[in-house]
Amino acid sequence: MSKTKSLPTTIALGVARGGLEIRQFMRQRESVVFTLAFPIILLAIFGSVFKTTLAEGVTFSQYFVAGMIASGLVNTGFQQLAIIIPMEREFGSLKRLRGTPMHVASYFIGKSILVFVSMTIQVLLLLAAGIIFFGVELPTDPYKWLTFTWLIVLGSAASTALGIAFAAVPKSGRGASAVVSPVVIILQFFSGVFFVFTDLPGWMQQVAALFPLKWMTQGMRSVFLPDSFAAREVAGSWETERTFIILLAWLIAGVFLAIRSFKWSRD
Amino acid sequence: MNVIEVQGLHKSYADIKAVDGIDLTISQGEIFALLGPNGAGKTTTVEILEGFRKADSGSISVLGFDPSQRGVQSRIWRNRIGIVLQSTADAGDLTVQETLSHFAKYYSSPRDVDEVINSVGLDEKRGALIRTLSGGQRRRLDVGLGIIGSPELLFLDEPTTGFDPEARRAFWALIQSLRKGGTTILLTTHYLDEAEALADRVAVITRGKILEVSTPTQLGGRASAKARIQWKSDGVIHEELSDNPTDVVRRLASQFPGEIPELQVVRPSLEDIYLSMIGEK
Repeated sequence: MSKTKSLPTTIALGVARGGLEIRQFMRQRESVVFTLAFPIILLAIFGSVFKTTLAEGVTFSQYFVAGMIASGLVNTGFQQLAIIIPMEREFGSLKRLRGTPMHVASYFIGKSILVFVSMTIQVLLLLAAGIIFFGVELPTDPYKWLTFTWLIVLGSAASTALGIAFAAVPKSGRGASAVVSPVVIILQFFSGVFFVFTDLPGWMQQVAALFPLKWMTQGMRSVFLPDSFAAREVAGSWETERTFIILLAWLIAGVFLAIRSFKWSRD
Repeated sequence: MNVIEVQGLHKSYADIKAVDGIDLTISQGEIFALLGPNGAGKTTTVEILEGFRKADSGSISVLGFDPSQRGVQSRIWRNRIGIVLQSTADAGDLTVQETLSHFAKYYSSPRDVDEVINSVGLDEKRGALIRTLSGGQRRRLDVGLGIIGSPELLFLDEPTTGFDPEARRAFWALIQSLRKGGTTILLTTHYLDEAEALADRVAVITRGKILEVSTPTQLGGRASAKARIQWKSDGVIHEELSDNPTDVVRRLASQFPGEIPELQVVRPSLEDIYLSMIGEK
């Protein structure tokens, strides 16, 4: 038996895997509800309870919407992957893939496509809810849209890589959610999603500054809040360049860790 | 041509010798069965041959390739083999057809998806979500995924565990038809009747070592083993062991006017031989 035809390309298979991942995602009611609807529910609750005004023309709900959009990058990337991958590992689906000629990069491309699509849906839903119910206004400055674009791309890429890397941590598939979700929730508390960042104790702010979510939330505020609010940030400015550098550093670290730590099976 | 050639294979976990010096030669078009109790080293051996584990020592050639190598060569090699693992239980949110069509994309010359669905007997379940399949149906899908790339060599790790007798017969027919197509098959199984029905040769393995490699009919000297002839006379069961059971039956036939009471002629079953080999009897 000769196999004269060559193997399909890694990119083509990655795209095919992406389509498959999205189809699976949409069929899992739990994942759709948990990943996409939960943040909207949180937004509705927090936005309705805390109606304080933080500064001239800035309500807490608007501050919160910016934070939730940043969180969306973490939910759909880091949290989703760090929970799904250990389950796939435990079920043996990864080992089965390992036995085929598919390149591991196709698997990662597929996961990135899944993250990108679910992230886009999530951000659009949160934005729509923010605009309709909480008076969030879309920026008119093209520079802010530029910031928004690289925040989304860089943030979600870093989140994806770190999710793949962190997937090595949970010991079992079933327990993954119990390991990963608290990490995300604590990070959200520390990073100024549920509370105004500058109201948090100093040590908490310093811990948060080590992780990417704090920089994503601050970046999203720079996009959706008026520039006058920059004065209320820790550094008295949006620290846009610094945010870019820190997210890029996390992306590089994430890719490195993901490649180092990825395992097809548990033993 | 030898599809698999293994010499002096060793693999230890901590201080347990899982595989302790195994030699194996499997030629093209052969169905070869590895028999052995749990923990004998079957799965470890197979997983080394599949490239999932690294051997501590030994020379291994599978389709002329060292399975522990990585890179492009490894992918070209995987394009030529099919693997059915012991258990896979994915979330199952895809249909049978979707899953097979997707896996077909991984290979350079896949088999026709409909043909594979038909050959594993899942025609009626083509559009069903995997999560709705029974255990046996899932297993048949596993086999379908193992053969979708038209492999030259197929690994089957305990393929029929949990099958009902009818499903097992159908499965055996499928495996035999694959062999007719020239596929070499390495099978591990707990079931002696399965090995007997399918395998050209069997290897019995315990404690990481191969005790014997033979055909199912000749294993453990089975073909030359004495037959046990048993009958009843004067209310007592008599028993005789003989190399020539026909002579004994002829003698008995002349002793009794009619039917020889409760006559039985028994040769050791593969199971008897196997159990005595692994020291369970």
